[in-house]
Amino acid sequence: MGNAGSTSPSSTTPALRFNDVQFSYGRRPIIDSLSLEVRQGELLAIMGGSGVGKTTLLRLVAGLVRPTNGSIELLGEPLRIDDQESLYALRKRIGLLFQFGALFTDLNCFENVAFPLREHSRLSESLLKDLVLLKLEAVGLRGAASLMPSEISGGMGRRVALARAVALDPELILYDEPFAGLDPISLGVTARLIRRLNDALGATSIVVTHDVAETFAIANRVAVLAPSERGARLVALGTPEELRNSVDPYVRQFLAGDESGPVQFHMAAAALEDDFL
Amino acid sequence: MTGLLDRVAHLGKWVIGVLIGLGAFARLCAAVIARLPRVVKRMELVSAQVHFLGNHSLAIILVSGLFVGLVLGLQGYYTLRRYGSEEALGLLVALSLVRELGPVVTALLFAGRAGTSLTAEIGLMKAGEQLAALEAMAVDPVERILGPRFLGGFIAMPLLAALFSALGVVGGWLVGVALIGVDAGVFWSQMSEGVDFWNDIINGVVKSMVFGFAVTSIALYMGYSSRPTPEGVSRATTATVVAGSLAVLGLDFVLTALMFSSN
Repeated sequence: MGNAGSTSPSSTTPALRFNDVQFSYGRRPIIDSLSLEVRQGELLAIMGGSGVGKTTLLRLVAGLVRPTNGSIELLGEPLRIDDQESLYALRKRIGLLFQFGALFTDLNCFENVAFPLREHSRLSESLLKDLVLLKLEAVGLRGAASLMPSEISGGMGRRVALARAVALDPELILYDEPFAGLDPISLGVTARLIRRLNDALGATSIVVTHDVAETFAIANRVAVLAPSERGARLVALGTPEELRNSVDPYVRQFLAGDESGPVQFHMAAAALEDDFL
Repeated sequence: MTGLLDRVAHLGKWVIGVLIGLGAFARLCAAVIARLPRVVKRMELVSAQVHFLGNHSLAIILVSGLFVGLVLGLQGYYTLRRYGSEEALGLLVALSLVRELGPVVTALLFAGRAGTSLTAEIGLMKAGEQLAALEAMAVDPVERILGPRFLGGFIAMPLLAALFSALGVVGGWLVGVALIGVDAGVFWSQMSEGVDFWNDIINGVVKSMVFGFAVTSIALYMGYSSRPTPEGVSRATTATVVAGSLAVLGLDFVLTALMFSSN
């Protein structure tokens, strides 16, 4: 691959801006004072350990949860969750790929991809059919158009969900763990597809993932989140090359997959002899 | 003393929980009703739900209606015979069905059959992030998912209750006329003279519409507010049957008192 940055991100108005965003579920802090800009046209990867708050970050961007503090600007406009009309107008300009696909189980693959087009456009049935089949072809599943979600594998389901997420040619595409559970071929193809979609649509992409090799090959920049008592904080932001040379102990541990480092693999527990002897 | 305080605190917590639940239920109902003008513009979604909820409940409603009518005919005949009023059997069967048993038993069966299916469907959609996916696609789940189901249940209930009552009358006729030998002419004429269209039939239809509103809205609320886990969906499904049935029986008492107190 190695085609990261094949379209240079423009540096005018950022596609997304977090202004000192904090988020907590009840009393449990998840995100701690995050400030971050995502440039138009770039593909930003967000990495970090499981449960650190990466998915929550995407849900904040999509307006599915409300920041406890701070504000978010999306595609040049403030994200206002209380104003359904403006929120939905913004959401029509973004695509979100859920971690487990979230396909509608009572609709076949074709109808799943057609769903946003039917809801938000008045295309003729023949044009709609062509568009849906093109999207399915892009993810390699035109042949699965008539199958139900229960008849395809989890990985295939996520590829159909990817086709659905980009059905409306969004300006900002959010991917939640797009590589999880994919076989090596699908993984490589999906990674290249994400990069290609971003460039072809002139979109901005944010990819939440754990997969270091594939992500570093396609991302313009990578942000690394690390846990802390006050919630996840941004510990590194830079190009894949800059992160490879990072001296931050958390980044080094994460990229190398070391057991020893600032993040403990084992959860705090009683002494071994207390439990086993 | 501490134990008593704990109990009072526990009771207070329970009451607050119930009030919060009622408030959330009322808010959801208001949200669904506010979106109905837009929901009716997509009648294909509503008719699909009328078909889904009504058609899937049809078999149990028809069979139950027939059996209730058979029992009603038998019990009614035994009782009326004591007073030499067997000819009033048709009237007794019809009034019992259109005023009470039709709307009430249909609503109880509807809660168990269609209500649980609605709750499980919405709960599983929530657990599978399908509702969140709708939100993310700028599609309002209250308008797109809950609205058509609400209207579908509201429309299907009176239709099912009417079919239940019709089959019940057939059951009463089978036992009374075909089996025991009550005069067919008297059976039908007593019924047609004694049953008032406005006081009996329309009131029965109004009852079944109120029950349809109650059962469907409770089923949708339970699914929408369920915890997105298998246990959460399971609890919500059970709660739909319990709350739906109690609501039907409670509302029936109130409606009966309001509708038939002057008779």
